[in-house]
Amino acid sequence: MRNNMKNRMTSTAVALALFGTVFLAGQSAQAAGNTPKPPAQSWSFSGMFGTFDRAAAQRGLQVYREVCAACHSLRLVHFRQLSGLGYKEAQIKALAAEVEVTDGPNDEGEMFDRKGTPADKFPSPFANAKAAAASNNGKAPPDLSLMVKARIGGADYLHGLLNGYEAAPAGFKVPEGGAYNKYFPGHVIAMAAPLSDDAIEYQDGTKATVAQMATDVSTFLAWAAEPELEERKSMGIKVLLFLLIFTGLLFAVKRKIWEDVH
Amino acid sequence: MSEKQMHPIIKWIDYRLPVFSFMEHELHEYPTPKNLNYWWNFGSLAGIVLVIMLVTGIVLAMHYTAHVDYAFDSVERIMRDVNYGWLIRYIHMNGGSMFFIVVYIHMFRGLYYGSYQAPREILWMIGVFILLAMMATAFMGYVLPWGQMSFWGATVITNLFSAIPIVGDSIVTLLWGGFSVDNPTLNRFFSLHYLMPFVIVGLVVLHLWALHMHKSNNPLGIDAKTDQDSLPFHPYYTIKDLFGLGAFLIFFAYFVFFQPNFFGEPDNYIVANPLQTPPHIVPEWYFLPYYAILRAFTADFFLYAYTPIAWIMSAKLAGVLAMFASILLLLLMPWLDGSKVKSSKFRPVYAMFFWIFFLDCIVLGVVGGKPAEGVWIYIGQATTTYYFVHLLVIIPLVSRLERPKTPPESISAAVTSKAEG
Ligand code: HEC
Ligand code: HEM
Repeated sequence: MRNNMKNRMTSTAVALALFGTVFLAGQSAQAAGNTPKPPAQSWSFSGMFGTFDRAAAQRGLQVYREVCAACHSLRLVHFRQLSGLGYKEAQIKALAAEVEVTDGPNDEGEMFDRKGTPADKFPSPFANAKAAAASNNGKAPPDLSLMVKARIGGADYLHGLLNGYEAAPAGFKVPEGGAYNKYFPGHVIAMAAPLSDDAIEYQDGTKATVAQMATDVSTFLAWAAEPELEERKSMGIKVLLFLLIFTGLLFAVKRKIWEDVH
Repeated sequence: MSEKQMHPIIKWIDYRLPVFSFMEHELHEYPTPKNLNYWWNFGSLAGIVLVIMLVTGIVLAMHYTAHVDYAFDSVERIMRDVNYGWLIRYIHMNGGSMFFIVVYIHMFRGLYYGSYQAPREILWMIGVFILLAMMATAFMGYVLPWGQMSFWGATVITNLFSAIPIVGDSIVTLLWGGFSVDNPTLNRFFSLHYLMPFVIVGLVVLHLWALHMHKSNNPLGIDAKTDQDSLPFHPYYTIKDLFGLGAFLIFFAYFVFFQPNFFGEPDNYIVANPLQTPPHIVPEWYFLPYYAILRAFTADFFLYAYTPIAWIMSAKLAGVLAMFASILLLLLMPWLDGSKVKSSKFRPVYAMFFWIFFLDCIVLGVVGGKPAEGVWIYIGQATTTYYFVHLLVIIPLVSRLERPKTPPESISAAVTSKAEG
């Protein structure tokens, strides 16, 4: 009895101390930066059964190609992979054919330009990081293939960033070549607001507001970062179901075998 | 299966190479205390995770390129183009974390039930060496994808060796294969990352050999004396371990399929860039407690500044040594603990300190993940101090002063009385 009491007291003390630490940890994380947390969106691809909203991702591809691609590469993505977003083979061929690719050397030893094919990667806007930085106030626009996985907050951060341009608060000095962004660490970003209402005309007729384009391009880039997501989640559901049933059976067998032990 | 029941061919082989009677003896009849609880599942789980790591690792190595210009892209190729490459990689990546979760539980189990005590001292010490080998393996594995954390983690940790007097700088040059973390570093880390798991396999064999000499300890910490106290390993513990494996795989699979980057750092999806230091360099979660101990040793930390340590070495070196000591001291557990009774069940005072120590390790882990500033410095220094006070003062004293309760006569007596009342 007394022993039980003591046990309970120890576990209460342990729980309290744990709680205290976690609480402190949370507090200092908040105090650490004055960058607010981008608001959480309800993404089509989050959750255990999430899949990419095809229409949004296709619109996002259009935003990428017509806006972001001027500065940002997407070097890990091949055109052929677009079939994962519901594009037909002919559509992919047509999309790829719109870009020029340098190939070679040919039999004469010369490099030559040709039309892109589905086997090609998305072309990069600059020859190298130095050239990219030189054209952008000294800051190279980062590759976007893994952007959603490479930032805390993922797609929420991207969405927040694209919507986060606003006037700097009074007294905040934004240096030459920078812009004020609510969600960028330090607030001064070398990328001018890339989106403005009706900057593009959506093929499917959706109204191209900044918020709409931000959501769409974030969906597309989430796919670019994790093209395996749908396959992974659907396989995961099957694996978990199998394991649950199998483990349940094992438990029953275990009970049966141990029945006579005392 | 007695000798008579053996198939003639099996008998022929067994007469020359007794693998079959060996398996019969060590896996089937092998007497195991009948009162083992589920904390005893974690040893076999660790073994299975090791096999999973070997298999997935060997497949990864078929597609991986150990070169600074190609490593990151080759991992992304595995993720995007290799059939089920994402699955193999996510199993391997999360498997590292699972391995440490399982092994840490396994070790705390040992600490709670006094499993390191005679005659299992060597068994325990081999375990500590397995932990060290795992840490080396995981550290080098994390460098392979050549992301920002790979590079900067490798830079920070290898630099620690420069604190060693006289030979420090030469050791660092040797680790790097040059004058900074670069292509030669990546190549030797890949080579060693492939080698070390097989060293671990060898250590595991020794670990099991030592285990089978004196068999498992148990929650009561008393020896199995009669047949009444034990059960044959098969089918009783094969089925219990299998059930435990099923439950563990559910946990494992959840992370692989639904939160594959939960244990990772977003920064490692950025290609390594020697010219750009990430704002906050953190090691993998399983290294955080040691990292906290390392960083606790600042010039004004009282354990350093007000002790003779300050006369003979820099605070940095003291931190490095403390970090290694925090693990190596575990080797002395069998002698630090002077209690005649093993299990904490009968040592309420010791048990209380065990839980405080457990909590201390968790807090150290939290501190290790925070920037070294403000209140975290003091929490880190307090928990570091307590870590060593626990091992070097509390355990020796409490184990010698506490009058434990009397454990039951035998395992079977305890099990029957529990079943009846
Ligand atoms: C005019 C060139 C330009 C265009 C167009 C542009 N960006 Fe950028 N972007 C940049 C530059 C330059 C940076 C680097 C900013 C810095 O580090 O301060 C950047 C950075 C970023 C970042 C990284 C922010 C971080 O956390 O480091 C993201 C994400 C991003 N851009 C997304 C986009 C998207 C999505 C689009 C299309 C809607 C786009 N950009 C269009 C130039 C551009
Ligand atoms: C003791 C068992 C092992 C542990 C604890 C371990 C740990 C790790 C870790 C933590 C990573 C980094 C994961 C990432 O961020 O991607 C990694 C990567 C890697 N490991 Fe292992 N590993 C083990 C065994 C092996 C074996 C046996 C091999 C091959 C023979 C292997 C080959 C690789 C390769 C090629 C990578 C780089 C690919 C990648 O990053 O996914 N590993 N390992």
